[in-house]
Amino acid sequence: MITISGLHKYYGALHVLQGIDLSVEKGEVLSIIGSSGSGKSTLLYCINGLEPIQQGQVTVDGVDVHAKGTDINKLRQNMGMVFQQWNSFPHLTALENVALAPRIVRKKSRAEALDIAAKQLEHVGLADKLNVYPNALSGGQQQRLAIARALAMEPGYMLFDEATSALDPELVGEVLDTMRLLAEEGMTMICVTHEMSFARDVSDRVAYFHQGVMEEIGPPAQIFGDATSAHTRKFLANVR
Amino acid sequence: MNDTLSFFSGFGPRDFLFLGEAALRTLWISVIAISIGTGMGVIFGWLLFEGKLLATLTLGPVLDVFRSVPLLIQLVLFYNFAPMVGLNLAPFGSGVVILAIYTAALVASVARGGFEAVGVPMRRASRSLGMSYWQDLRHVVMPIGMRAVFPAWVGVALGVMKDSALVSVLGYVELLKASQILITRTQQPLLILALAGAFYFALSYPISRYAARLEERWEQ
Repeated sequence: MITISGLHKYYGALHVLQGIDLSVEKGEVLSIIGSSGSGKSTLLYCINGLEPIQQGQVTVDGVDVHAKGTDINKLRQNMGMVFQQWNSFPHLTALENVALAPRIVRKKSRAEALDIAAKQLEHVGLADKLNVYPNALSGGQQQRLAIARALAMEPGYMLFDEATSALDPELVGEVLDTMRLLAEEGMTMICVTHEMSFARDVSDRVAYFHQGVMEEIGPPAQIFGDATSAHTRKFLANVR
Repeated sequence: MNDTLSFFSGFGPRDFLFLGEAALRTLWISVIAISIGTGMGVIFGWLLFEGKLLATLTLGPVLDVFRSVPLLIQLVLFYNFAPMVGLNLAPFGSGVVILAIYTAALVASVARGGFEAVGVPMRRASRSLGMSYWQDLRHVVMPIGMRAVFPAWVGVALGVMKDSALVSVLGYVELLKASQILITRTQQPLLILALAGAFYFALSYPISRYAARLEERWEQ
């Protein structure tokens, strides 16, 4: 379970997150929507410990992410993250990309790591691309590679930061399908997304962020059908 | 007056061997100096990249001095003043020390560029997998960054190898010094300098060919 309470985050004088309270249960799929600059991506970075916070607390399975004594590297192994830019390691083949972290972080043997990597690549539909270098892959394939790379650490949680925003339109579908597959398998997911159909069809809950504040959260039917906040309604009217 | 002929004798096969040995010495001093200098340079480059303000204020200016003062002056100064502080090095040792520092100063800025070439998003991706700072540096940043600046490093390495000719002023018999010795005896400067040039080319060309091949392989 991920619990966020009273979270404040500043970039210099900019108050990016203004007191966020949120918890995500095991097995839940939460989509976060909102316009650019609303702080939704920053929230993911704070959950993962990639950005320091100024006030409040984030705990993952009871462990305080931002506490001094926390082994953040150990904690991150349990939280896979997929970014807008897929960031494939260009010097490694698809198989080696996925096998790297299991081998050096989890200290698996080379054979074992490659085995895990092959399985995960198959999982995301890249079984025929094992020995291909990333620059020979399309954006959608590289993003699925990034998903496989995160899954190879066998995380309990997956964080998606606008995973499809940088993709050509015709490549969005394959990545969303992979995310759908994960949701169906029961993965706990937090997805910052601009894909409203994904948010509506796949999530258990949808949260709307507006200028650093979580305006509204609830089941998709409520947010998309019967939003209480005027901001939410306006945003949804604009993206449709 | 046949006596004078034995004093100035023409270029022979043994002289060619003499030049070959000297070429090996050029290669030897270059390989050692470039290896040590590259190792130091990568560490300096990392300090400049990571230490930011402190390193820029302290290390930066020192490296600037070594980069800016002509190598010839550095060599002569070091060779003549090192013994004053009890550092009694042979010409070879002095040459290695100065060439290595000079290489390090050049490689530092090249390596720094390499570290900078790997963007924050890439590093966040590897850290998000649970890699520590050092694992990220060793397995992601170094391989990607150092490949990006490899062509620049090859340029530095070839430059230093040619600049190693300046160690001849300390009396170390590498290619240039050997040529001068032969010219004095044979009075055939054109032939001998052309040969020495050919030797330098023979040393450099395989390296740049090999480097180009490596780059091609990384391209795919």
